[in-house]
Amino acid sequence: MKPRSLRNLWRNRAGVARSGNDDPVDPMVAQLADALAPERVRVDSVARALYAHDASVFGGGASGPVCFPTSLEEVQAIMRIAMSHGRSIVPRGAGTGLAGGAIPLGEPIVVSMAKMDRIIDIDPAGRVVWVEPGVVNLDLSRHLRPLGFHYAPDPSSQQVCTIGGNVANNSGGPHCLAYGVTDVHVVAVEVVLVDGTVVMLGGSCDEVDGYDLRGAFVGSEGMLGIATKVAVRLTQNPPAVKTLLLSFGTVADAANSVSAIIAAGMVPAALEVMDQKITVAVENFVNAGYPRDAAAVLLVELEGMPGSVEADAARVADIGRDHGATGVRVAADDAEREALWKGRKTAFGAIAQIAPDYYLHDTVVPRGRLADVLAEIYAIADRHDVVVMNVFHAGDGNLHPLLLFDGREPGAIDRVHAAGAEIVRASLAAGGVLSGEHGIGIEKQMHMGAMFGPDDLDHQERLRRAFDPYCRVNPGKVIPAGHSCADIQSLRSVPTGVWG
Amino acid sequence: MTEAGQHVLANHDPVLDDFASEVGVEDPVAIAGSRSRWPSGWQLDADVRVVSAPSGIVIHQPEEMLVTVRAGTSVDELTAALAEAGQRCPLPPGGTVGGAIAVGHNCIQRLGRGSVRDSVMQVRYVSADGRLVAGGGPVVKNVSGFNLPKLLTGSLGTLGFVCEVILRTNPIPVRSVVASVADADPFVVFDLLYRPSMVLWDGVTTWVELEGHPDDVDSQLGLLKGLGQVTADVDLPELEPNRHSIAPGDVKSLLGAGARFVASIGVGTVWTETARPHTPLDTQVIELSRRVKDEFDPTGRLNPGLKPWT
Ligand SMILES: Cc1cc2nc3c(=O)[nH]c(=O)nc-3n(C[C@H](O)[C@H](O)[C@H](O)COP(=O)(O)OP(=O)(O)OC[C@H]3O[C@@H](n4cnc5c(N)ncnc54)[C@H](O)[C@@H]3O)c2cc1C
Repeated sequence: MKPRSLRNLWRNRAGVARSGNDDPVDPMVAQLADALAPERVRVDSVARALYAHDASVFGGGASGPVCFPTSLEEVQAIMRIAMSHGRSIVPRGAGTGLAGGAIPLGEPIVVSMAKMDRIIDIDPAGRVVWVEPGVVNLDLSRHLRPLGFHYAPDPSSQQVCTIGGNVANNSGGPHCLAYGVTDVHVVAVEVVLVDGTVVMLGGSCDEVDGYDLRGAFVGSEGMLGIATKVAVRLTQNPPAVKTLLLSFGTVADAANSVSAIIAAGMVPAALEVMDQKITVAVENFVNAGYPRDAAAVLLVELEGMPGSVEADAARVADIGRDHGATGVRVAADDAEREALWKGRKTAFGAIAQIAPDYYLHDTVVPRGRLADVLAEIYAIADRHDVVVMNVFHAGDGNLHPLLLFDGREPGAIDRVHAAGAEIVRASLAAGGVLSGEHGIGIEKQMHMGAMFGPDDLDHQERLRRAFDPYCRVNPGKVIPAGHSCADIQSLRSVPTGVWG
Repeated sequence: MTEAGQHVLANHDPVLDDFASEVGVEDPVAIAGSRSRWPSGWQLDADVRVVSAPSGIVIHQPEEMLVTVRAGTSVDELTAALAEAGQRCPLPPGGTVGGAIAVGHNCIQRLGRGSVRDSVMQVRYVSADGRLVAGGGPVVKNVSGFNLPKLLTGSLGTLGFVCEVILRTNPIPVRSVVASVADADPFVVFDLLYRPSMVLWDGVTTWVELEGHPDDVDSQLGLLKGLGQVTADVDLPELEPNRHSIAPGDVKSLLGAGARFVASIGVGTVWTETARPHTPLDTQVIELSRRVKDEFDPTGRLNPGLKPWT
């Protein structure tokens, strides 16, 4: 298929829509360009190749036209045009998803929400802010800080990922241990359904009558509709913050300290563990001041009123020492604190310096099983001859094994996938779940049957069908084929001649 | 541990299986807890069977901050059991766990304890066709699959009969004080304090609950003294009979109405002397809600007559 020039398309759209190459121009594209603006509907091969991926390791995506709406009405128009052409759509934020949720399957219309990025209204009395979905997570917190507030969920990708993507994936972050993941913070979502209808799910009231459709939408991985407006809670900035760095001689000691801290009745703002390999990589990358000789470090952040922060800091240090901590350091000032966090949050950037490719996994296990499952993960990686590094949200048992590989090496990705599948099985066997924050997407679809039974999956599919009876919104994700309505047909029913 | 090839959420509990059989597959059936939260005006036809969910705390794991509890358990029994291990959950007192979840209303300390729906990590329920269905997962953080726990919470038993839940628990703070402040602007109180567990206001007096380290509680009380007469260790105000939810920024509009009220600042739950007119949901939301009901209970046999969207 040849790339088509939009300029040609635009020139011809009033008359017979034909390109300079005498290809028949897709009438759907002409309608989209009419409804939006020609420069905001891209069909060139560069755009389509770019939007065929997200940040996951999965290939195989194939994008149709890529649209950049700037208003609710434009999103509605896209949905209606897609419907009238029997075409699927896939919503997209910043494309940082790691489970392949935004990967287009079957050449759907890609709807990038990146240009809908206004902060609409801040309501300090109601402690709510209304935003468009394309607002970048960190931009929102930066905007709110001077007012005494911030937006609590802080994914490591927060410099780029969007609120819309966060809502769709119910994203978490280091500070979600104390404050809760995205769904705790979303009070309302305006959604455009598959047929272009607009629904406001939730609202400014705490207890909205009727079903909690807002709650059902959060975490639905772009399969129930497109979020066009979101109301999220404002979180007060804490009066006191203290960050501790504990070093350990074994990964198990770090993991067991985490369980002991929670068992002692504390809920720190963050409890993050990094093993030695990743710590050294981070040190080489940003020089954050982490010890290179520790088998694992535990980063603890305590937030709140000064009395509890001081008392808990002392207790955390004691618990750490009781569990074999070889060093306990308290960040002396903001600069030291920021350096430690910079290290944690650039961990993935550091990896890019040492391996061409990595696969970042995401499962959750009961905290009490962290040490066992980590030991198993190292053994699995060994067996598959894959380098593994662990950097994870230990406080909620959320593991993030990073599997390093070189995609150019024959068979490498297969070994990585085999190791990944074993990690999933080990996590489930320990009483855990498939994903703590990255979602299922296409990555873990085939594992859904290991966690849920057929009846459970059937009910998830029923929820999806109530929102999208046509299976046209982000088809082919989350629910395994066989439990999923007409996904297969819809993926294959791209009208012939449209994209060659 | 699960056997190879067995899905994780399917651990068979004969008690739940029996309940599923009792719910059956065909005739109209309603579920009752202790009827302490019975929806007002809901009357059952004579042909509707009434069932009750099984009860009992299955396991409390304080170090995991989780409790697995059957829906028929009384909330007060659960609260007492959690307290023995120094923990609590956000369910409002009274009635059964299942009733609290079916209704989904939050407790008055919602600011400090979180919402009922956010505490439900996993839900198991009996579907309209008598199957035992699970959603969510047995850990504190989970995004595997669609969020059925949220959908079921507050659905008034019209999508499935909840029989067991896993709830997130939290440590009980070292100190907890309820204090009142006379004649202060409740929003000034709310802004002055750091994450209070509760701020109630009746148009004249503001009540706050402060929790945490004793030094912090004292320093917050000290701050309040700058606003007016503070009395510590007071009783909560009597709540008016009609409970509604309004936008938290709008509670001052109650002043003009002339009737008695108590309002939860920062939350917007209000208890008023006189009932407020019912505001219907948007037609699009009603339409979507009907489709959800049709998918989950096509024949309308579960809790017939209840329509949460009306
Ligand atoms: C280096 C790195 C670190 C990360 N760290 C974390 C972390 O700490 N915690 C965490 O939870 N995640 C993390 N992630 C994953 C990712 O950043 C999150 O899932 C994020 O929320 C995705 O946002 P996005 O805007 O990039 O969405 P995309 O990747 O573009 O899309 C994600 C999903 O959301 C859907 N979607 C996007 N916008 C909308 C909308 N408006 N309406 C409906 N559906 C929509 C898409 O269809 C897709 O299914 C990380 C990723 C990277 C690359």
